[in-house]
Amino acid sequence: MAVYLLKRLLGLLPTLLIVAVLVFAFVHLLPGDPARLAAGVDAGPETVELVRKDLGLDLPLPQQFVRFFGHALQGDFGTSIRSKRPVSTEIAERFGPTFWLTLAAMAWSVALGLVLGIVSAVWRNRWPDRIGMSLAVSGISFPSFALGMVLMQLFSVQLGWLPTIGADSWRHYILPSLTLGAAVAAVMARFTRSSFIDILKEDYVRTARAKGAGEGSVIFKHGLRNALIPVVTMMGLQFGFLLGGSIVVEVVFNWPGMGRLLVDAVEMRDYPIIQALVLLFSLEFILINLVVDVLYAVINPTIRFH
Amino acid sequence: MNTAATPTAVRTPASEFWRKFKRQRVALVAGGFVLLLVLVAALAPWIVPFDAENFFDYDALNSPPSAKHWFGVDSLGRDIFSRILMGARISLAAGFISVAVGAVVGTLLGLLAGYYQGWWDRIVMRMADVLFAFPGILLAIGIVAILGNGMVNVILAVAVFSVPAFARLVRGNVLSLKHQTYIEAVRSIGASDTVIMLRHLLPGTVASVVVYLTMRIGTSIITAASLSFLGLGAQPPTPEWGAMLNEARADMLNAPHVALFPSLAIFVTVLAFNLLGDGLRDALDPKLDKY
Repeated sequence: MAVYLLKRLLGLLPTLLIVAVLVFAFVHLLPGDPARLAAGVDAGPETVELVRKDLGLDLPLPQQFVRFFGHALQGDFGTSIRSKRPVSTEIAERFGPTFWLTLAAMAWSVALGLVLGIVSAVWRNRWPDRIGMSLAVSGISFPSFALGMVLMQLFSVQLGWLPTIGADSWRHYILPSLTLGAAVAAVMARFTRSSFIDILKEDYVRTARAKGAGEGSVIFKHGLRNALIPVVTMMGLQFGFLLGGSIVVEVVFNWPGMGRLLVDAVEMRDYPIIQALVLLFSLEFILINLVVDVLYAVINPTIRFH
Repeated sequence: MNTAATPTAVRTPASEFWRKFKRQRVALVAGGFVLLLVLVAALAPWIVPFDAENFFDYDALNSPPSAKHWFGVDSLGRDIFSRILMGARISLAAGFISVAVGAVVGTLLGLLAGYYQGWWDRIVMRMADVLFAFPGILLAIGIVAILGNGMVNVILAVAVFSVPAFARLVRGNVLSLKHQTYIEAVRSIGASDTVIMLRHLLPGTVASVVVYLTMRIGTSIITAASLSFLGLGAQPPTPEWGAMLNEARADMLNAPHVALFPSLAIFVTVLAFNLLGDGLRDALDPKLDKY
């Protein structure tokens, strides 16, 4: 297991390096001069040159990369062009709301997705399946920003049950996490169903039934464990999807998280923030996939020996 | 599609496909609806009751649906029905072009990677890993930040993140197909690599590529609309559905119908593509993952 873990960790390094190079290159791919962007529109040519020196933009590219990478490792991404505050402070403030929102959405959507998927598979082609799968296909077809607006209109404006914007109490989390998780619940339901249906066709399930095991025992003891193996992988991929989805949902609900920070930064061409956020989002995504792979190896021992 | 002569006939003859597909009534209806949408989108400039961008009914600002304005009027006095019809052109084009570009590039890369393996395979798959290391919409936002706002750049961005999925899919298919006896047979009579790849391996993967492409169009329409909603894609007054929703947010309190119809338009369109994709999958490639 330790060897497998080490191998997986080392395997990440090239990907991480390429991601870092891409994020670094981002500044130089942006239209316009980054020094001028950082100095502001009204700055004179001398100021721009000063800023250029200050940011190290006058150095040769490889040297700039080493500098960027060294600073990034220490969590230093420079200062935001818009607010003039350190990027790390800006992001630290925004990390919590996004993290908790993603986690809340993940928790309910995985639970509901699993239940819907199992129920649909067990009562395949009968009414629970039809209802479950109709819900699921609607879930993947309804864009999150539209769903968010509908929910907000219904529960906050018309009924007045829930707050519209902000992230101050648990009640603020209900609508955004519902919006964010809907598509994931739908994907999980569809995926669990098909994985479960495959498992229920296996010989060992027939054997279990033949020797007289109750239907509950067949489904939960023999079916669920084996059906969960591909579902765990799917869950990891969906977490990445949630990270991306939170960008849109945060804009709808005016959520004080990293997603909205990113959209604002893109609008203002605040490139230090964009760089740091893209790096952070990808790092999270890569780490989650690593955790999923490890989980996968724990559930399914054959993987470890490949 | 006619029989035997088309490449798809190698694995799934058209008649066989049609026999299985026509049994899926939901998918048939969805397919019919997609055709209707394409027709409406193509004819939109000639069938819209009002000019989508330049007609303003100042007496009916924010008015709800009526006989004159089927979907109501927005806060600037524009006819929402006309805007939805014109928006169908943009959303369908964005969804289809981006996925088609991604499919063509991804299929070629996957074909080469699976067939030659070795260093080329490692480079392509490593690049796919890197692209997969960014959540799709994040990658798209990054690309739009570099290239600037606008629908063309959004389509390009969505195409870029469709490439790795197709490359992986095709590579996997090729890896399992290339050890089959018929490929060995072709090779033994001296066929060139190009002929083997294009004439004998490609047809074997077309079915799953078509299924995946259809299922991907829905996602791409949503992504493109999301970017416009965020203000990074189509800009007002363009009647793009995501951009329309963004404009409607300001008037949600007194005119919720302005947001309702673009939402429904996206939902119904994406739903039709997803149902069609499900049906195609069941008829063409039952082994493809169901999500």
